[in-house]
Amino acid sequence: MVSQKRWEHFSHEADIGVRGIGPTLKDAFEMTGMALTAVITDPQSVHPQTPVPIKCRAPDRELLLYEWLNHIIYELDTRRLLFSKFDIKTITDTELEATIYGETVNHSQHKPAVDVKGATMTELRVCEENGYWLAQCVVDV
Amino acid sequence: MNIELLKRRSEFEWEISPHGQMRVPAVIYASEGLIRAMDDKVYEQIRNVATLPGVVKEVYAMPDAHWGYGFPIGGVAAFDPDAGGVISAGGVGFDISCGVRLLRTGLHVDDVLKVNEDLAESLFRNIPAGVGSKSHIRLSDKEIDDVLLGGARWAVSQGYGWPEDLNFIEENGQMRGAKPEEVSPRAKERQRPEMGTLGSGNHYLEVQEVSTIFDEKTAKALGLNKNEVVISIHCGSRGLGHQIGTEFLKEMVVAAAKAGIHLPDRELACAPINSQVGQSYLGAMRAAINCALANRQIITHFTREVFNEYFPEAKLELVYDVSHNTCKEEWHVVDGKRKKLFVHRKGATRAWGPGHSELPYELQKVGQPVFIGGSMATGSYVLVGMKTSAERSFNSACHGAGRAMSRTQAVRKFQGNKIVHDLKVRGILIRSPSFRGVAEEAPEAYKDVDAVVDSAECAGLAKKVARLKPLICIKG
Repeated sequence: MVSQKRWEHFSHEADIGVRGIGPTLKDAFEMTGMALTAVITDPQSVHPQTPVPIKCRAPDRELLLYEWLNHIIYELDTRRLLFSKFDIKTITDTELEATIYGETVNHSQHKPAVDVKGATMTELRVCEENGYWLAQCVVDV
Repeated sequence: MNIELLKRRSEFEWEISPHGQMRVPAVIYASEGLIRAMDDKVYEQIRNVATLPGVVKEVYAMPDAHWGYGFPIGGVAAFDPDAGGVISAGGVGFDISCGVRLLRTGLHVDDVLKVNEDLAESLFRNIPAGVGSKSHIRLSDKEIDDVLLGGARWAVSQGYGWPEDLNFIEENGQMRGAKPEEVSPRAKERQRPEMGTLGSGNHYLEVQEVSTIFDEKTAKALGLNKNEVVISIHCGSRGLGHQIGTEFLKEMVVAAAKAGIHLPDRELACAPINSQVGQSYLGAMRAAINCALANRQIITHFTREVFNEYFPEAKLELVYDVSHNTCKEEWHVVDGKRKKLFVHRKGATRAWGPGHSELPYELQKVGQPVFIGGSMATGSYVLVGMKTSAERSFNSACHGAGRAMSRTQAVRKFQGNKIVHDLKVRGILIRSPSFRGVAEEAPEAYKDVDAVVDSAECAGLAKKVARLKPLICIKG
């Protein structure tokens, strides 16, 4: 039984899986954002100073996670930012609205390991188990 | 993989006989050792590919196959548009037209070793690599569309490289049928600062020595001589390709449902080739192929500039440029009939045999070069397509060593700085912006490239020409 929200990685032969776990769907989604950053760098090395608004829509909860992560990857790639705070204001099964906070990539500070190309539908799962939400998928690096 | 599930056709050919929803057999080309080490997911995924509508003859997994997205990496499948055949974004992959090009320098290894530390630094400074790397090139909206239409031909017209390079690039450097208007503004925006950059992950630029020649005549035809230095460049369509893959994957989940296509795995999302979404993806994917061809052409130019500082007499000529994440419209003979098919190669290289009409005159006698990247330490291979590959695999061969260990496992097990140090002792210089990135790409995280290449040759897919030993590796 998990006691609080958290993130973790899981193995995929060529790439890497990101997983968020928490008491609410919002928590689980927010934690996938942290897991995504942790693929690239240590999230604790990233100061959450620049806010970026995000809005996503998708036909179902799983595709919403796919959209959410791909939206973060897009912002990461185009703004050259890394994110360490994910604040989801509203979330339903098909829509979410959030502000994410980060700072510009600094190679000496962040030592980024790898670019994330995209979130995938491999091992894509959003579900509630024993009162805790889990959100996960493999990301292509 | 459980070998009991397969029917052995020959020493290097294993069949998954059609069962369940499979429309055609699936075939894996590999030695028994590679098969036993292969992930069970390859079995599941290649079997799933065989269930898709309009699939033709057989589907294939190459000797380097491993767990991918929908398709296994190292997966090949052809679809007939006139029989309801589909096109799948997952069957091409996120890094559309990722590929390898090889340049020969004509320089002896001893000459390069005299300056290798300085050369490594100069390459690292001048070839943008790693997370968030940018080049000095900034393109307007009109120029991005020109790249997407013109590919390497556009790059040459802008002064990046030489007109003669184009002869040695698939599609002569320009994929026909590209539709920039099918590429979203977000995909174009993602690409804006990334032209002429290597990217990260398994992408690299390597300076290598031709250490072994297996086939003197073919090596000579490719201008490869023992102990001479060559350069491999491995990268793809960067942010643009990734964004196109991401967007169309989602669109194809909806399109497949609309077309009544049952997907055993959502990642196999696809659309009939003769449908609006299918045609839209084709146009966008071909544009991404041009983006990748232009990208490798620009990096070639940067590389030539660096080498020119140290070796003004050297002429870095292009041996060939291959893409290994594509879907291409090709003619193939199936059951004695010539058919136009859409061949998906996900982590697989096209390997035309000798005499194929799409090869340039200079390569007619030898076949299409196939470049197999190994790990940072083990070396790479040059092969050429064999005539038998037409019948065996729709003229396809493997693309790399294939991972044997996940990134998470590799980071737990290896230290990047130690790898860099150990390889330096062995005469291999690694330059990378990230030690963790190096650890993820640890040599031990990859399969035995020798075994993969031997299997490809023994299975009649591609013939060994030369082995390349790494000297300098610029790791993204």
